[in-house]
Amino acid sequence: MENGTHATERSQKTYMLNMGPAHPAMHGVVRLILELEGERVASADCEIGYLHRAFEKHAEAETWNNVVPWTDRLNYVSPLINNVGYALAVEKLGGIVVPERGQHIRTIACEISRVTDHLTCVGASAMELGAFTVFLYMIKAREYLYQLIDQLTGARITTAFTRVGGVKADLPADFAAGFRGAAAKVREAVSESDQLLTKNRIFMDRMEGTGVCSKERALAYGITGPFLRASGVPYDVRRAHPHLVYDRLDFDIPVGRAGDNYDRYLCRMAEIEQSLRLVEQCLEKIPAGPHSLDPKEMKDAYEIQDLGKFGDTALLRKYAARVDQTLEGMGPAAAAATRAGDRAVTLPTKEQTYTNIEGLMNHFELVMWSWGIKIPAGETYSAVEGGNGELGFHAVSAGGDGPYRLRCRPPCLFIMAALPELLRGALIADIVPTFGSVNMIAGELDR
Amino acid sequence: MSDLPRGERRDISPSDHLESLSRLKDEGFNVLVDLTCVDYSAQKKSPRFDVIYRLMKLDPVDGRDLGRVEIHCAVDDAPILRSVRSLWPVADWLEREVWDMFGVRFADRPDIKRLLMYEEFVGHPLRKDYPIAKRQPLIGPQDGDLPGSPSFNILKPTIVGE
Repeated sequence: MENGTHATERSQKTYMLNMGPAHPAMHGVVRLILELEGERVASADCEIGYLHRAFEKHAEAETWNNVVPWTDRLNYVSPLINNVGYALAVEKLGGIVVPERGQHIRTIACEISRVTDHLTCVGASAMELGAFTVFLYMIKAREYLYQLIDQLTGARITTAFTRVGGVKADLPADFAAGFRGAAAKVREAVSESDQLLTKNRIFMDRMEGTGVCSKERALAYGITGPFLRASGVPYDVRRAHPHLVYDRLDFDIPVGRAGDNYDRYLCRMAEIEQSLRLVEQCLEKIPAGPHSLDPKEMKDAYEIQDLGKFGDTALLRKYAARVDQTLEGMGPAAAAATRAGDRAVTLPTKEQTYTNIEGLMNHFELVMWSWGIKIPAGETYSAVEGGNGELGFHAVSAGGDGPYRLRCRPPCLFIMAALPELLRGALIADIVPTFGSVNMIAGELDR
Repeated sequence: MSDLPRGERRDISPSDHLESLSRLKDEGFNVLVDLTCVDYSAQKKSPRFDVIYRLMKLDPVDGRDLGRVEIHCAVDDAPILRSVRSLWPVADWLEREVWDMFGVRFADRPDIKRLLMYEEFVGHPLRKDYPIAKRQPLIGPQDGDLPGSPSFNILKPTIVGE
């Protein structure tokens, strides 16, 4: 064989490389099929569906409230936003209004979840570029928030916190103080990571100018969330279609310019601070709830309630709305403040279920097969700002006790559809930061 | 609560839906927010499928949503609808999902590929007549041996005669 022809044959040759489905740099299971010219990606294809759990089909076989736990598994890094997004869609269809306090609690839950989402995304993508310290700082900070979520919902990740018409329970008594402590830890971690990364030569070289997505391409692919904002479009569902109490809160929308990985990193870092600010404002503005007594007063109030059981009810009336002796945050006062009053929608409190026949029947009618909540026939679409962008739910009701059809619009599907285009022409090493900044969450991508 | 993120509902005829949608795109609906489908066969509606295009007019400068519209196309699974990939490239994946989950075909995409399910999957799971307990064929041959594959079954110990 002549050397010359051999060399040209080799220079024109491309080869295929499978990245994933189980690859250390692919968070979750996804397969990239790459066509390489040496180190350069000539074309890429993306195969998804490895984590398909039939969420939408499953929802059709469930009652309205039973779908809530399955929404946890969509974006499992920010499950509370999914819970809220789903509940809002069903409530919109049923014309149900949640009390003020319940709406504030939902907003708080959403924003804490957004911080955990961004911390995970930034931490994981920094780790893949070699900054393992940042990953540890951020995951540690996330853990403080998870503890807070644990106090609020009873679980770190599988939260299942919302109900149609409200939330599961009121805020725990010392929530605001707990949040202040956790927020300080998060701010410290973000500031330390910022010092380690933002001006770091290696980090900048890897992030700047890689994975560039122009405004026009982002819109063509229907991309939303931090990814779109980094390209320079300040679209945020919280501002464009204010839900919950966002129209009464003050927050900025961080916007990038270049649309590269570095801008997406900066956007996410800035959004963490905005989300913390939002929670602080909510905790200030939240209408008083059943736990507005300080612990000392609470003790007296319990005694007064005990007196009431022996017939001395004079003082009881003063505290009746505030004392809560059943499961924390789930008694009558908490329920009145956080759930819609409609008895056809929300479960009665345990006191009512266990102590009177009306409560008992109400409870059974709501949990019995093919009874339950009846949402009027019709269809609607409602969207919230998820960790990755517009998280929409299209719900169709046939008038029954469960969805006739439930469509979840997963924000990261739209970014993943654009990924082959973003990778074309890049180096193999650029795949890692670009894929990291997409923040693909297989749970919501594959549903 | 306002009906803003949903937008106004419009029903268009499936035969010239590409023209209608491209007119909407020219009007400024620059973002395809979602493309999905509902199977109404359990309600005995005809045609049985309702393909939904959700469009948004997004101002790229100040990020305001200038209006949304929800386009409904009632179709059967005959390939009538044409692909809108040329208008919004993300429709490529969304159409694959609609085909995968509902079996709604697109006239100019005869060799469309499933998005979430694997190639060997039989049926379209979000159809109302797809039985929840249906078993799917296992992938790969029964005995675990794939002739000519160097990686398949590589852990099987090879014991050659005593």
